[in-house]
Amino acid sequence: MELSLATRTVGEFAVVVVGGEVDVYTAPQLRERLFELVDAGAEHVVVDLGRVDFLDSTGLGVLVGVLKRLRTAGGSFALVCDREPLLKIFRITALDQVFPLYPTVDAATGA
Amino acid sequence: MAVVRLSFSPAPVHVRTARLVGVAVARRAGVRQGLLDEVRLAIGEACTRAVALHQQHNLPDPVRVEMSDYGTYAVRVVDRAPIEAGADLAALPASELARESLSEDALTTGVGFALLAGFVDDLLVRPADGGVGTEVQMVWPLDQ
Repeated sequence: MELSLATRTVGEFAVVVVGGEVDVYTAPQLRERLFELVDAGAEHVVVDLGRVDFLDSTGLGVLVGVLKRLRTAGGSFALVCDREPLLKIFRITALDQVFPLYPTVDAATGA
Repeated sequence: MAVVRLSFSPAPVHVRTARLVGVAVARRAGVRQGLLDEVRLAIGEACTRAVALHQQHNLPDPVRVEMSDYGTYAVRVVDRAPIEAGADLAALPASELARESLSEDALTTGVGFALLAGFVDDLLVRPADGGVGTEVQMVWPLDQ
């Protein structure tokens, strides 16, 4: 399944809904979209992984890169994920201690 | 009992093909349904690592994948990069993951190894036969 990306605004948050497979082939598209958002001035970014059915180390590397960039700029970055197979990936890699993880977009944006 | 061999040019687009083939062979061999996501992820990580090594060393040689089901489901992913390049495998602690100076490539390598080690109980990384390259061998049980 190809990568799908959709962006919307919720209050002060830019919410990027990601779907499909995030892997070594598609991760550059995700990096480009997220960096475009940050370059355009987005300070608070939420990435919704609810429609992702595959996520590998390359995709995780992109997400950490965006987290660092926003942190340096004084912004914030959070992930939305409530599916156990993906949550297990974050636990195994210890990235659950790096990313703020929320079960819903509402929880991530404080709506 | 069967052996399926696949070799592919070291390009990211082909890693997905290797994952698909690896899971199809696993399913047919009798790997439990609940393990197939882990098989898919682990094969993807091993192939991603091999492709990255070939690209870093400008090696056009194909990455080789061999799947067999002689009692267990065994997958071997073999690269042709210098062995010292392939030996740098270690998971990163949480305190390192978000360190500013850690490059995205180094982070991806460390996270990829953490996924391999976390999802494959029977994992072996060793020099490839023939003296050049590294072999990542992953083994899963078959349902009886």
